[in-house]
Amino acid sequence: MAHYLEVEDLHVSFYSGDTVSYAVDGVSYYVDPGEIVCFVGESGSGKSVTQLAALQLLPIPPAKIEKGSVRLGGKELLQYRSDSVEMRAIRGGEIGMIFQEPMTSLNPVKTIGKQLMESIILHMKCSTDTARKRSIELLRQVGISDPEKRLKEFPHQFSGGMRQRIMIAIAMASAPKIIIADEPTTALDVTTQAQILDLLTSIARKNNTALILITHNLGIVARYAERIYVMYAGNVIESGLSRDIFRNPVHPYTKGLLQAVPRLDDNHTKLVPIDGTPPSPGKRLPGCQFANRCPYATEECEKPQGLKLIEKEHFCSCQQAPRAVSCAPEKNTSDGVYEKEYEFEEKVLEVSDLKVVYPVKKGLLNRTVGKTIILDGISFDIHKGETLGLVGESGCGKTTVARGILKLIEGTHGSVRMNGEEILPMKEREFRPRRKNIQMIFQDPFSSLDPRKTVGELVGEPLLIHHLVADKDEYDRRVDRLFSLVGLDPSLKNRVAHEFSGGQRQRVGIARALAADPDIIICDEPISALDVSIQAQIIILLEDLQKKLQLTYLFIAHDLAVVKHISHRVAVMYLGNIVEIADSEELYRNAKHPYTKALLNAVPIPDPVVEQARDRKILRGEVPSVINRPIGCPFYDRCEFATEKCKNQKPELKWDENGSGVACFLY
Amino acid sequence: MGRYFGKRIGQAVIVLFLISLFTYLLTYLMPGDPVYAMLGGDITQEQYDIAYEQMNLGAPVWLRYLTWLGGFLTGDWGNSFKYSQPVTELIVRRLPVTMYLGIWSILISTVAGIVLGVVCGTHRGKAADSFVITLANLGAVMPAFWLAILGMYVFSLKLGWLPTHGFQMPTEGLAASIKMSILPVAALSVGSIGSTTRQMRSSMLDVIRQDYIRTARAKGLKESRVIWGHALRNAVLPVVTLTGMSFRTIVAGAVSIEQVFNIAGMGSLLINSILSKDVAVVQACIMIIAVVVVISNLVVDVCYGIVDPRIRIE
Repeated sequence: MAHYLEVEDLHVSFYSGDTVSYAVDGVSYYVDPGEIVCFVGESGSGKSVTQLAALQLLPIPPAKIEKGSVRLGGKELLQYRSDSVEMRAIRGGEIGMIFQEPMTSLNPVKTIGKQLMESIILHMKCSTDTARKRSIELLRQVGISDPEKRLKEFPHQFSGGMRQRIMIAIAMASAPKIIIADEPTTALDVTTQAQILDLLTSIARKNNTALILITHNLGIVARYAERIYVMYAGNVIESGLSRDIFRNPVHPYTKGLLQAVPRLDDNHTKLVPIDGTPPSPGKRLPGCQFANRCPYATEECEKPQGLKLIEKEHFCSCQQAPRAVSCAPEKNTSDGVYEKEYEFEEKVLEVSDLKVVYPVKKGLLNRTVGKTIILDGISFDIHKGETLGLVGESGCGKTTVARGILKLIEGTHGSVRMNGEEILPMKEREFRPRRKNIQMIFQDPFSSLDPRKTVGELVGEPLLIHHLVADKDEYDRRVDRLFSLVGLDPSLKNRVAHEFSGGQRQRVGIARALAADPDIIICDEPISALDVSIQAQIIILLEDLQKKLQLTYLFIAHDLAVVKHISHRVAVMYLGNIVEIADSEELYRNAKHPYTKALLNAVPIPDPVVEQARDRKILRGEVPSVINRPIGCPFYDRCEFATEKCKNQKPELKWDENGSGVACFLY
Repeated sequence: MGRYFGKRIGQAVIVLFLISLFTYLLTYLMPGDPVYAMLGGDITQEQYDIAYEQMNLGAPVWLRYLTWLGGFLTGDWGNSFKYSQPVTELIVRRLPVTMYLGIWSILISTVAGIVLGVVCGTHRGKAADSFVITLANLGAVMPAFWLAILGMYVFSLKLGWLPTHGFQMPTEGLAASIKMSILPVAALSVGSIGSTTRQMRSSMLDVIRQDYIRTARAKGLKESRVIWGHALRNAVLPVVTLTGMSFRTIVAGAVSIEQVFNIAGMGSLLINSILSKDVAVVQACIMIIAVVVVISNLVVDVCYGIVDPRIRIE
C-alpha cells in the first residue's frame, strides 16, 4: 500500500570548498495521515536535514540532494525545482513546518496578523476579510486570548511559548496534511514544553493531521510518538512502533541512549555512558557508523549495513543485532537501590536571605524610580561533599544565585558565609585570595574558553594566579594530573579550544575549575549544551570526581531528571524564591509545593508504558515578570489551591524535622 | 512613540545649543585680536575703535553671545567682510544649488545601492554578484574629483554632449538644468552607490540566513516575495544609518566637485570663508550644517522606529 508521504534512499551532502560532508546517507521513511512519528537523534544525526531536504528548504549550494525520491500522495517531489509553483503549493499548503527557535522564527518587523494571513491568503486563495476571520479562529485554537487585538501586535510582544503557539497557527493555516515540528520545544521551559506539545498533538489528532516530531529528548518521544525513527550519523539505525522500541531496543546505540539518560523515576542508578563521539560527516566510517563506539563491534560491521526486520514493523541496521546484543533491556530499577547513607556535617557554604535588587532608572538624568527584585530572599546551606541541586525554569534566578555567591554582581543583600566567614561585604581585594575556594563550571563550553589560549594555559592559569606552584616542573606536573583527572590525554594540552568536541571542552572547563583545589564548585547548567550521549559522560565524571576528591557542588540546571540524579538535595526555585527544598528522592516521591508537583508532572519519562499510566495535569499560564511580581505567593496566579491569603501574603520557607523546607500555606 | 520622539527632540535642542556656543566662541579661540581678525591688520586706530564699538567688544562675553544668538534666530547673520554683503544673501543664493544636487545624489545612490545590494546578496558568488561588487568597490575607492574630470573629458570635451561647467536651477530652464546636473550628480553619487551597495549586500547576506526567512520559505512564498516582502525591511536598517550620515553633504557640498564644474555652492563658500577668516560666514555655515545633521539624525531615528517596531515600543 502506498503511504501518503514516502521518502526513499535520500542522500544529502554539503559542499564547502573541497570538502564534502555526507549529512544524510540513504534515509527512507514514510508517514501516513493522522499518525505521530518521531525522529530522534543527537545533533548532526541528520534528522532536521532529512526533513528540510524533503521540502527542498535547504540552501543549494552548499547543500545538494544527491539522490533519492520523495513522494507525496504518489507525486514525485524531487522533479520540481525548489521555487516552482508545485513545491510552493506543498510547502505551507500540504506540509506545515514549525521550527526550533520561536524567538527568531517570526519576522520581527511584521505584525503576527500579517504573517498569519499571508499564509492563509496564499494557500486558501481567499479575501483579506476571510483570512482575518480564519486567523482569529486559529489564534483562539492555539490558546491566545483576545486574538482580535493581538493580531496587530509584533512578535517581540509575545513570550517564547506564545510565539511557538503562533508558529503552530501559521503551520495550521492551510489545514495541511502533515506538520513537521523540528525540536519545537527545545528552547522552551519544561512546563511550557508540555503545554505546547499537548496543544500540537491534540490539534493534529482533531484534524487528522500527521505530525513529524523531530527531537533529541527521549521523554518526549515516549510521551507522544506512535512510531519512531532513530537516527545516527546520517542513517536511520532503528525504526518501529514506539512501544516496541522502548520495550525491545535492538541497536546498541538505541540501547546505549536509553541507559545514558537520567530518568526521573530511576533510583540514582549509575548511568552507562556511550564512549567516544560520532564520526564527523566529512570522514564517515566504511560500514556501520556506530562501530567505533560500539562494544559489540566486529569486522563484519565494516561492511555496508542495511535495515533488517526484527519483528513486525520493527527494523534495525545492526547486523549483529539478534546474536550479540541481548534483546531484553536491562531494567534500570533492578540495579540495586540507591542508598541514602550520607551524613554531612561540616557546612562549607551558608546562604541566608540572599537578595538581589536592581534599581529601575528613568529619564534623562537616570534617576532611580523603583527597584526590581531578582532574588527575593534565598536561604540554603551546603555541606562538605554534598551536591545541592538548584532547579527552576528560565528567569527564576538560578544563575543570579551563582553570581551573587561569587560576588560577580552588584545589588546583593543578605549573608553568604563560606567556611564560616562572611564574604558578602568584603571588598574585591580582600575576597580575591579566597576566590580559589569557589570555582565555576559554565554552561557553554564553546564561549567560556578563550579561543586564543592553549587549553593547557587555561587549565594552569589558576595555579599561577593563586601562586599554588613553586616552579615550572611542578606546574607541568599539576596540569598533566588535572588533564588525566578529567579523562583527557595530557599530550593535548598545547591545542586550542576549537580543536576539541563539546564534551572535551567541558572536561577542560572542569579541569580549570579543579585547578585551584576549590572547596565548592558551582556548576551552572554544565551539560545543557551537550548531546545526550555526551551528557552522561560528564555527569559520571562529575560524580566520580566528587567521590575521589570530596568535592562540594552547587549544581544548577533546568532539567529536573538530571538534577535529581546527581544531587543529594534539591532546591526548587520560582521567580527568585526557593519554594521547596528536600532530599532529592524525597522531593520526587513526596513533592509538596504545587509548583514542584507541576514541574515533576511536566517532565516526560522515557518509557511509553510509564507515560501512559501517568495522571497528567498541565500547568496553566506563564511565569510572571519580575517587574510585576505578585504581592503574595509568587506562584499564586497559576496555583490550583490558591486562596485569598496566598494573594496577599507571601509564605515563608518552613523547615520540618528532616531538613526539608516548603514555602506554601498548605503545609 | 510620542515620548520617544519628544526625548529625541529635547536632546537635539541641547546639542544645537552647545554647538552654537562653541561656534560663537570660535571667534575668540582664533589667534589674534577679533577686530584684526575681522578687518585685517591694515587699519587705523580710529577704524579699530569704530569696529570695537560696533562689535560691542566692551560687553561681557555671555551678553555678546546672547545678542549674536538672538540675531541668528531672527535671520540677522551678520555681514561678510570678504563679499561685503549680508551673510543671509550669500547663503540664500548658494544653499539651494548645493541642496538640489545633494538631494538628487542621495536619492539615486540610496535607491541604486539598495537594489544592487539586494541583487548581490541574493546571488552570492554568482557572476552578477562578482561583477556588481567589483564595480562597487571601484566606485567606493575612486576619488570623486577624478571621476568628475574623467566624465567632463569624455562627455563634454570629446563627445560634446554635456556642458563643461556652470549650473542653473530647473526653474531657469529645465533642459539646460538637467544637462548641467548630470555630471556633478553622477560624480557625487558613484562613491555612495558603492558604499551603500556593499552595506546592503552584507546585511542582506546576514538576513537571508535568519530563521524567519526559512519560515517565510516554509510557508510556500515565492522567492521574490521572501526577499522583497520579508528580508528587505530587516536588511535596510544599516543603510538608513549610512544615508542619514550622508545628509551632511546636502548642505556642506562637495568642494572638489564644485571646483571642477565651477559651481557656486556651499562647499566653496565654506572653504573660501575659512581661508579668508570671514568669521560671520563660517559661523553661519557651521550652524546650518549642525542643524541639518541634527535633523537628519532625528529623521534616521524616526525611520528606525517605522522600519523596526521593536524600537518604536521602547
